[in-house]
Amino acid sequence: MSNTHTANAAGIRTSESFYLKEEHHPANGTMLGFWLYLMSDCLLFAMLFAAYGVLGRNYAAGPSGADLFDLKLVAINTAFLLLSSITYGFAMLAMYKKQLGKTLFWLGITGIFGLAFLALEIYEFYHLIHEGAGPQRSAFLTSFFALVGTHGLHVSFGIIWLVTLMFQLKKHGLTYENKRRVNCLSLFWHFLDVVWIGVFTFVYLMGTLV
Amino acid sequence: MSATNYATIENHPILGRLTLEAIPLHEPILIFTFIGVILGGIALVGALTYFKLWGPLWRNWITSIDHKKIGIMYMILGLIMFLRGFADALMMRGQQAIAFGDNMGYLPPHHYDQVFTAHGVIMIFFFAMPIVTGLMNYIVPLQIGARDVSFPFLNNFSFWMTASGAALIMVSLFIGEFAKTGWLAYPPLSGIMQSPDPGVDYYIWALQIAGVGTLLSGVNLIVTIVKMRAPGMTLMRMPIFTWTALCTNILIVAAFPILTAVLAMLSLDRYLGTAFFTSDLGGSAMLYVNLIWIWGHPEVYILVLPVFGIFSEVVATFCRKRLFGYSSMVYATAVITILSYIVWLHHFFTMGAGASVNSFFGISTMIISIPTGAKLFNWLFTMYHGRIRFELPMVWTVGFMVTFVIGGMTGVMLAVPAPDFLLHNSLFLIAHFHNVIIGGVVFGAFAAINYWFPKAFGFKLDYKWGMASFWFWFVGFWTAFTPLYVLGFMGVTRRMSHFDDPSLQIWFQIAAVGGLLVAAGIACFFIQIAVSFLKRKELADVTGDPWDGRTLEWSTLSPPPDYNFAFTPVVHDTDAWHDMKKNGYQRPTTGFLAVHMPKNTGAGFILAAISALVGFALIWHMWALAIIGFVGLIAAAIIHTFNYDRDYHIPAEEVVATENERTRLLASHV
Repeated sequence: MSNTHTANAAGIRTSESFYLKEEHHPANGTMLGFWLYLMSDCLLFAMLFAAYGVLGRNYAAGPSGADLFDLKLVAINTAFLLLSSITYGFAMLAMYKKQLGKTLFWLGITGIFGLAFLALEIYEFYHLIHEGAGPQRSAFLTSFFALVGTHGLHVSFGIIWLVTLMFQLKKHGLTYENKRRVNCLSLFWHFLDVVWIGVFTFVYLMGTLV
Repeated sequence: MSATNYATIENHPILGRLTLEAIPLHEPILIFTFIGVILGGIALVGALTYFKLWGPLWRNWITSIDHKKIGIMYMILGLIMFLRGFADALMMRGQQAIAFGDNMGYLPPHHYDQVFTAHGVIMIFFFAMPIVTGLMNYIVPLQIGARDVSFPFLNNFSFWMTASGAALIMVSLFIGEFAKTGWLAYPPLSGIMQSPDPGVDYYIWALQIAGVGTLLSGVNLIVTIVKMRAPGMTLMRMPIFTWTALCTNILIVAAFPILTAVLAMLSLDRYLGTAFFTSDLGGSAMLYVNLIWIWGHPEVYILVLPVFGIFSEVVATFCRKRLFGYSSMVYATAVITILSYIVWLHHFFTMGAGASVNSFFGISTMIISIPTGAKLFNWLFTMYHGRIRFELPMVWTVGFMVTFVIGGMTGVMLAVPAPDFLLHNSLFLIAHFHNVIIGGVVFGAFAAINYWFPKAFGFKLDYKWGMASFWFWFVGFWTAFTPLYVLGFMGVTRRMSHFDDPSLQIWFQIAAVGGLLVAAGIACFFIQIAVSFLKRKELADVTGDPWDGRTLEWSTLSPPPDYNFAFTPVVHDTDAWHDMKKNGYQRPTTGFLAVHMPKNTGAGFILAAISALVGFALIWHMWALAIIGFVGLIAAAIIHTFNYDRDYHIPAEEVVATENERTRLLASHV
């Protein structure tokens, strides 16, 4: 608010001080709005973590995490996802330098890491279900599949969004709207990384402790 | 009883488990309702076609991203669903008044169970929520001096998602059946073993689809309030209604994902046979009850906080005084927002969590009555020495204060774990929460409608019919629910379709009379609107400020132009409009500029319609249609993101024409 619109020195308000003569441009709220949405998503994961916390040891005479989890596989998977966050960071840097080609290149690499992550996760799920350790086997496996699966679904949507955005960048270039979209997806992508760190620690690492 | 045995039915490749038997031809009540709906529908479609209104309806309303029109559509949706929910209430009152001894009443148990479930679900999700959201949508941007909300397209989409959820509930009347589980669908009763029919699936998908709308509208309004306030409007200069709207929307964003998650878990149990809430394989039904109340208790405050805001505005306006204790009101609202998250367990003290846990939640519940009490004293002190005008909004407010205080006190009684063991799930509880929801949210909705109607439509509502409506409601409410308090003390439990003890019958008959009085109150309300429409010339408000209001929505035209304010107001004080009037503000009549506005779009309606279709397909296990619909939904969303052309300018000449017309109107009515 500029000084011309406040009360004058004597504190007396004139009629003119009650409105703006020029057009008012409030700050854009997209980043705040998207952040709020992410926090609501975070709560959704919190509920799944809570369910896992309550049900995670209810094996119903079935296999436990120590019996099932292949930590090497999960470590590779975690590496894929963490690397994809770094490459997304590179895409952001390229975007700030207004290099469209480089931005697209790093976004592409990010997508490939994301796909690799998904492929390994699908392999893991397939393998577990094949062994008779599907989500119907026990409350532990129910909550495990729900938590990890929901994260995987988010990564899938992230990849669909990423591909869409690459087309839009190609079509319209690094416009104001597109930069905002790249920023939003960046928040989303790193958020999924943070959630995965929780999953890796609480589900896989602590799950293999006997 | 429906003839279909859903536990053993074979899935048709296209129709899933939907067969002709799902149409309830054997239920005369439903058939007559269905015929009524069909005739009404034909009449409506005929009228729209005859008067060539399809085009304007699509262009000006369905695709509109104007927060004012969306607000009005929310209110209409809420009122329509209110009639449905109230019809359910009357059916229950009728059944319980006659079903004693050998008389089994007119509703068989499986139908009665659907009626009380539908009543609760509709009244909370599809009456109270749309009314509250509609009011916030309409009023908040006007109160903060903004042109629209932050995300106008999202606003339109949110509304249509809510409407899609409501549509699914209405469809369940005529195709299949609704849940028989009570409004929160506790497992294992809502699990696939006990409820193999599509009723719970209707429940799940209606709430999931509407929930997306609610969540997004919450995000939208928070960002609007944080980012789009007029210059000079600091947080502590915001109108109280805007404050309560901010807290409510924070609650929405922090609570609705929990509902989404817990319903998703329930649907996994039902669709994939997982073991979240089952009785075997290590599942825990109490996990569901905990999670759903972690959403459910904040939900109560999502409904009642904005209503507290409404009463604050009404009391200040009609007592011609600045609200007593503005900052204590703000802090009380914020404290309630936070406390509402740490009381959820009081809904099931009988779970057996032990004395320490119950004590914690009992005490935290009682503490909530302190900020709520502070609010009541603020309203009373505002009235004290005020020059009170008993216009309709003020009458509803006084009715609220009397009623709500009593409901609050019975709430504190229930908050003490020891008596709760006696009163849990009794009619005392039913009387208590109707006491606060009707006395609070419903009375507040009527106060708000009477207060802001002239702003939205340009004429006041008729006083005589409004008073008739109030008195029927007020007397009817107490006649209907006092007997339930008495019965609850005697140990009568909720959700019963038949009683053996004839000595109880007189209380249920009194309650039924109360229900009829409320029905008369509702009839008077609709007559009030019709009469006011006929007398709209006489009741017209040309000033834009019919009540001598204090906040910015009263500084513009009634109804406001598309752009709300020709010039963005600058705020120097709370009660900005009152401050402007006091300091000799002259409305500028020259220097108008073109106004930058968002463009209408049909994308929200289309996305929501596809969502409803996917929901219907999932309810009936039509897997092919569900997959096609879901892919279509994603594709439609992606296509929408390729639309970069989302705004336009209202030319300066148009603004000049609108504002000159207002100048002329003002001059002609001095």
